[in-house]
Amino acid sequence: MDWIDATLDPQMLLTTDQMASFVARGFLRMDAVVPGDINDQAMEELPRLFRAWLHEFAPSLAAKPDDEDGVVIPSSGTVLVDAYAPDSAFGRLVRVPAVAGAIASLVGTNPIVDHQFVHLKTAGDLTAQGLHADAIIDPTMAFDIQLFWFPHDVAPKAGGTRFVPGSHLRRVNMDAVARYQHLVGDEYFAGKAGTVIIFHQGLWHAGAPNNSSTLRVMGKLRLNPTEPQVRLWNTSDVDERTDATDHIFARTHQSNTGALLRGGEPWYEPGSHRLEIVNRARLWRYLTDDPTFDIDWYLTRTEQRVELDRKATSR
Amino acid sequence: MSAPRQQVLHLWLSSPALDSNVIGWAFYDGTAGVGPVPEGDPPYPNGLAALVDGWYLLQVSPLWPASPGQERETSFLNHEFVFTRVLGHPT
Repeated sequence: MDWIDATLDPQMLLTTDQMASFVARGFLRMDAVVPGDINDQAMEELPRLFRAWLHEFAPSLAAKPDDEDGVVIPSSGTVLVDAYAPDSAFGRLVRVPAVAGAIASLVGTNPIVDHQFVHLKTAGDLTAQGLHADAIIDPTMAFDIQLFWFPHDVAPKAGGTRFVPGSHLRRVNMDAVARYQHLVGDEYFAGKAGTVIIFHQGLWHAGAPNNSSTLRVMGKLRLNPTEPQVRLWNTSDVDERTDATDHIFARTHQSNTGALLRGGEPWYEPGSHRLEIVNRARLWRYLTDDPTFDIDWYLTRTEQRVELDRKATSR
Repeated sequence: MSAPRQQVLHLWLSSPALDSNVIGWAFYDGTAGVGPVPEGDPPYPNGLAALVDGWYLLQVSPLWPASPGQERETSFLNHEFVFTRVLGHPT
């Protein structure tokens, strides 16, 4: 299966820079990564997949699709390699080498399908969905990924998904953030056919108004890891670029991963930005299996004091 | 418009200080589009500018101490300021 091939070829795996950016910002964007013929197939198959789901969800709303080809909805928990026919649109998507490499880097070579969903935004639908994180509030360090696949060109204001960079580590439950109509630095997808954006499960996002005269189609695929997400990417340079003493107010080096991991977002309060850095450092510790990693000394200094407290109280 | 109608503006600021920068905003229009709509992206550079433009400050989010064990978690924006203005007059 291509997943194994992807792990064997370091060129198809994510780089340390890409992983650090994912940890810092909560998404990875791959523009026009899916070939045109697969996108064309998706434009025909994905709406049928939506109707197939609608038929199962509410049979009175949609007839069963006539043509069963490519409209198989996998059960939750299906191993990805078995979930889709290799010649189906989703089956071909996850076998695009760069996509397979990104999946393998983030959730390993044997993820399971949580669910897929086809989001259709009809021409002229000006509804703005409330900002939300999918599923429910989730305290784990391990994370799912969600592929957002846009199989056709999406012009600005043509229904491209709104998302908020750097929101993925915030602990909120579903649409508890729906009040945030505008955040400085939020983004609305616009781009070329075949673009895939991979979200961390916690990234805030929303369906956006479609001011265009064409249907906007987007296929979403949520994958669960089945193994610890430790050093799954091309880690050939990660150790030499890891320095737990990298500290922006002391010694720092731009080639260290800390330079990417401490990046801010325009909507961050300065105080919360520092907490985001701490939570990114925790996630990087998990991903690198390095319990001493730190950014700007925030974790180290307090961990040292906790140890002093422990010694004092044990006397 | 003859009966008074309320407009509500939420501003999320970068600190608890009213004159700190706007980092997010939301607008709810009780005039159903008849009244003026805040313009700009964001509509004001800071909360004080909204006061200068005639908005009344309705509510400020309290400052809560962090819960033990949760000191480093992030969730909602901390500094929410709610403004209102009433448009129109009773007949």
